[in-house]
Amino acid sequence: MEKNTKEKVIEIRDLSITFETLAGNVHAIRGVNIDLFRGETLAIVGESGSGKSVTMKAAMGILAKNSQVDSGTIMYTYYRDDGTKRTVNILEMKKKSLRKHINGKRIAMIFQDPMTSLDPTMQIGKQIMEGMLWHGRANKTDAWAKAVKLLEEVGIEEPERRMKNYPHQLSGGMRQRIVIAIALACDPDLLICDEPTTALDVTIQAKILELIQRIQRERGISVIYITHDLGVVAKIADYVDVMYAGKIVEKGTVEEIFYEPRHPYTWGLLSAMPDLDTEDERLYTIPGTPPNLLHPVEGDAFAPRNQYALKIDQRAEPPMFKITDTHYAATWLLDERAPKVEMPVELRHRIDRMMKGEVKNDNN
Amino acid sequence: MTTTKEPLLKVKGLKQHFQINNNFTVKAVDGVDFVIYPGETYGLVGESGSGKSTIGRSLIRLYDPTAGEIEFDHMDISGKMNRETKDRLRTEMQMIFQDPMACLNPRKKVGEIIAQGLDIHHLYQNRTERAEKVAKMLEKVGLAPEHADRYPHQFSGGQRQRVGIARALIMNPKLVIADECISALDVSIQAQVVNLMKDLQVETGTTYLFIAHDLSMVKYISDRIGVLHLGHLVETGTTDEIFENPVHPYTQSLLSAIPRPNPQLERQRVAKGYDYKAEGVDYTKGVRHHLGGEHFVLATPEELERWTANQK
Repeated sequence: MEKNTKEKVIEIRDLSITFETLAGNVHAIRGVNIDLFRGETLAIVGESGSGKSVTMKAAMGILAKNSQVDSGTIMYTYYRDDGTKRTVNILEMKKKSLRKHINGKRIAMIFQDPMTSLDPTMQIGKQIMEGMLWHGRANKTDAWAKAVKLLEEVGIEEPERRMKNYPHQLSGGMRQRIVIAIALACDPDLLICDEPTTALDVTIQAKILELIQRIQRERGISVIYITHDLGVVAKIADYVDVMYAGKIVEKGTVEEIFYEPRHPYTWGLLSAMPDLDTEDERLYTIPGTPPNLLHPVEGDAFAPRNQYALKIDQRAEPPMFKITDTHYAATWLLDERAPKVEMPVELRHRIDRMMKGEVKNDNN
Repeated sequence: MTTTKEPLLKVKGLKQHFQINNNFTVKAVDGVDFVIYPGETYGLVGESGSGKSTIGRSLIRLYDPTAGEIEFDHMDISGKMNRETKDRLRTEMQMIFQDPMACLNPRKKVGEIIAQGLDIHHLYQNRTERAEKVAKMLEKVGLAPEHADRYPHQFSGGQRQRVGIARALIMNPKLVIADECISALDVSIQAQVVNLMKDLQVETGTTYLFIAHDLSMVKYISDRIGVLHLGHLVETGTTDEIFENPVHPYTQSLLSAIPRPNPQLERQRVAKGYDYKAEGVDYTKGVRHHLGGEHFVLATPEELERWTANQK
């Protein structure tokens, strides 16, 4: 119902991507559906190799050369400069017009490693101005003024002086701020953050996250957040998609994922997070490693690592079961014929404690 | 209780300065004192640029310390070392590096990488003994002996970090310096590696210096913690002391920055900031204050009074 009132910015349907490698074809993405509404934040969580970055690279049209899109559409809705609404399928766009109209201008990306995503031979001021000049959004003097303003906005002191610095003269946190400034230079309406804080330490991470949140509020842009850190997800996301082996296994609002998780993989992820309040001697770990997508997956990809796996998991892939209007999970445990399986006791306790902690905080 | 124990590593007034040019010197580490007791895990935390990695590298003498004393297992390793000291240091202190992708030679097989230390220090009689040692070590870290014939790129990140651990532990070190060894890994793999390191510690009794910025992981693995900021050790104590009763405002801001997997709580929470300049703190003026137990904080008397008053 409420979907009608909100406007979809990006709608990915049934996306499948294969990489051709010397060892064979790797099915990195196996049918992914993603929706993002204007002004909201979506977090995509998963281990490395689960395909979260590849999905977003496809949305930017910057996939590697050996990749091949087998099926699917990525519909992106934007407003042209004259205010008319337009919806395009990014996968069908020519590279040239994609570069001209979408990349950097309307969809901007912040990459994981600020050390490698900046040009070491170019002054940072130039790098921020580059996009604005290229897209014809400003002339040189205006671009310079705007770059200084952006630097100020992302919290860099003495922006005028910093404009002439080179990346190696800045610390990791500052470099990531520069990358954010570059991404914001052309006023995009969709920001894709690919693990923007993984390479940074906690204090800087908290500051960068608060910065992105503030910018999102001020500018009303949509944000897609790719991360494996559930603590980060809890802080920033409205919706969460949990990815495993090229598929989305559970999706829902952030409360549903954290307080009512249904998929055993989500249980594992939540349990593996170190919690400051537990005194456990050992951390829970998900046994084994993610499957090699070089080989075709039979049944549920998570079954070999899943202690709750049913027999059917070996044979058939579970469909998305609907739990609430916003909450879906792909596990046979939700089938009405399946035995009743509750989440692990430790996790139940932890969630209960979180709920209680909340009550306590509210009383204060 | 700890006075009776003999520390394995004593660091006193360690300074590590890097001269950039004639009028600019980076004081990466500026007078740090701490001790590590045998068999424990000492966690060193701080933001990037606080000098925690530099300390690790100075201890294992990848740098020449500018000033200060380092005593490792009753031998002085801070100045010029003779051959024997150097040999002992190179075998008994080992390091695990941050990036498992970058710290393994891509052209060497994993077996060769692990055995390299044994080769250099001639720690085996014949090839079979060498192969045995490598196989045993691989099993210990949860890999199969067949993996010795593979190249690093054939492993996942978590497995590569296990190779890094195997390479360090095969020398039977007394002290292992783990420099951000889990930061580059996924959450579920981080847990696997931390559990492995804990198990190996129980088995071999090694001491760890665990350098990290992720306080929640540090809490799991460490017995004692030192908090670094701008090259100064601002607070140190047992894990409980630091987490239950942080005194220094920087420690408090670090603790408040840890993201928790609890959306309700996390949404409203704003991490506590700490501005070194605004607080008017000058680390060079502070002295170490003993707060009971193992708990020390770097402060001037007035600062200490203010910080402890805030707490109550």
